[in-house]
Amino acid sequence: MDTETKREIIMENYTHPTNRNKEHDDSYYMVNTNNASCIDNLNIYIKFENGIIKDISFEGEACAISVSATSVMINNLIGKSKTEALNYIKEFYKMTEGENYNSEVLGEGNAYSDIYKQGNRKTCATLPFRGLEKAILETNK
Amino acid sequence: MNREDFPLLKQDIIYFDNSATSLKPACVIAKIQDYYSNYSANAHRGDYDLSFKVDQEYENTRELVRNFINASSLEEIVFTSGATESLNYIVRGFFENYLEKGDEVLITTSEHASNVLPWFRLAKKLGIEVNYIPLDTNYYVTLDNVKKAVSSKTKAISLAGITNVIGDARPIKEITKFAHENNIFVVVDGAQMVPHVKVDVQDLDIDFLGFSGHKMCGPTGIGVLYGKKELLEHLEPINLGGGMNESFDNQDEVYLKPLPTRLEAGTPNIAGVLGLGEAIKYLENIGFDNIAKQEHNLRKYLIDKLIPLKHIDIINLESDSGIVAFNVSNIFSQDVAYYLNKYNICVRAGNHCAKILKNSVGVTNTVRISLYFYNTYEEIDNLVELLSDYDKIVKEMI
Repeated sequence: MDTETKREIIMENYTHPTNRNKEHDDSYYMVNTNNASCIDNLNIYIKFENGIIKDISFEGEACAISVSATSVMINNLIGKSKTEALNYIKEFYKMTEGENYNSEVLGEGNAYSDIYKQGNRKTCATLPFRGLEKAILETNK
Repeated sequence: MNREDFPLLKQDIIYFDNSATSLKPACVIAKIQDYYSNYSANAHRGDYDLSFKVDQEYENTRELVRNFINASSLEEIVFTSGATESLNYIVRGFFENYLEKGDEVLITTSEHASNVLPWFRLAKKLGIEVNYIPLDTNYYVTLDNVKKAVSSKTKAISLAGITNVIGDARPIKEITKFAHENNIFVVVDGAQMVPHVKVDVQDLDIDFLGFSGHKMCGPTGIGVLYGKKELLEHLEPINLGGGMNESFDNQDEVYLKPLPTRLEAGTPNIAGVLGLGEAIKYLENIGFDNIAKQEHNLRKYLIDKLIPLKHIDIINLESDSGIVAFNVSNIFSQDVAYYLNKYNICVRAGNHCAKILKNSVGVTNTVRISLYFYNTYEEIDNLVELLSDYDKIVKEMI
């Protein structure tokens, strides 16, 4: 993915994020995800049905990288099983750590492939994924 | 001014985060290195020459601090780890024993967390009330508003001398005069005040004061708790251990040392204390009039250049310190900070630990520029040039 495409994906998802402040009912599982070292703070709402992610929405305040990554996560993971989502998250983490990863799994998530070079923004990109991962693990108990 | 004194400024960096911590001049760094290299013995163990020297230097610094804030005696100067510990000590060691259920403590919404959370905990524990002195339209505290907020239940007023987001200076002298006429104690968080203006605790008639060394060119991990002697006598030591006791045989026979030693249990942060002493000498040598004047001039220069920028929303047009808090239209404050970081400009984004200020200002997060005397007009020019171009900010913030 070239730099300009990455930039377009990030900016588009930041300025027009999917499912921000969308209404959710009691059937959604809520997780808060925040960064200790900065001010990103999001509530993510996930609707699970028979191990499938049927819907995700979010609200809160966060930077361009966090908000766009949340939107990308929503675009990529609605309709996926929990197992598929965990695999996606694992590959995303590898990418942000600068390790070898499977880019075919990540789709638009590849827009963040340069983040590993910016230490202080890694946690911004992984913020929503840490939230979703927590929600999956908690609901799997 | 005095830029050559700061080793860090040899790097290509513009440092505008002085309210978080200040840079350290070479003399402070040298003092700490000298202690660790040449006489790193413990204090209060003067049986041999090295330790005697440490003792002398340690207690000489207490005298430097006493003179610096014009306390009336050395017993009123207690070394802590910083303003946070000082404020916690005051609340837990003194007010927890003094206040009773139903009593009221007044603070403001622009206080730093360290002057809010200790009171919140005490409120839960004792059933006291924590209420707020209203801020005026510029987010200032006026004596009139203090008078309106005080009730027959008010036993303490605790507020920053200068705040860390708005940078407003509180009329401390007027407040203490009114408070004392009404038997109310005044606690001052001096973290943002002591580094920038001359503080005379007797003239201001402050009951308790806390401040940090690292915001005034000193090392991290060192600060001061000042209290009037007759009040400190009633401040219960929170930490018990070596150095602070006179003798003990059993649980009923524990005798503590006099002030201030009994409030400094354990081996103190000796290097920190000595470094703080050096920082005080350094700042006094420059002169607080010069420091305050330079900060004022720099801030005015910055504000005058930011005001014409339509996409910049300045939160504190009025301020008494070198702080400017602002937002760029439709851009999250952190993204602005990341953008400036690309040009080696250090600014802080966020709520700056003043999490209830949003209730007054209506904005949760801001970008904060905080100036100190070693900043320059050229640095401000660089900053303003980068902030002038909205499209550039949007393009480069990610």
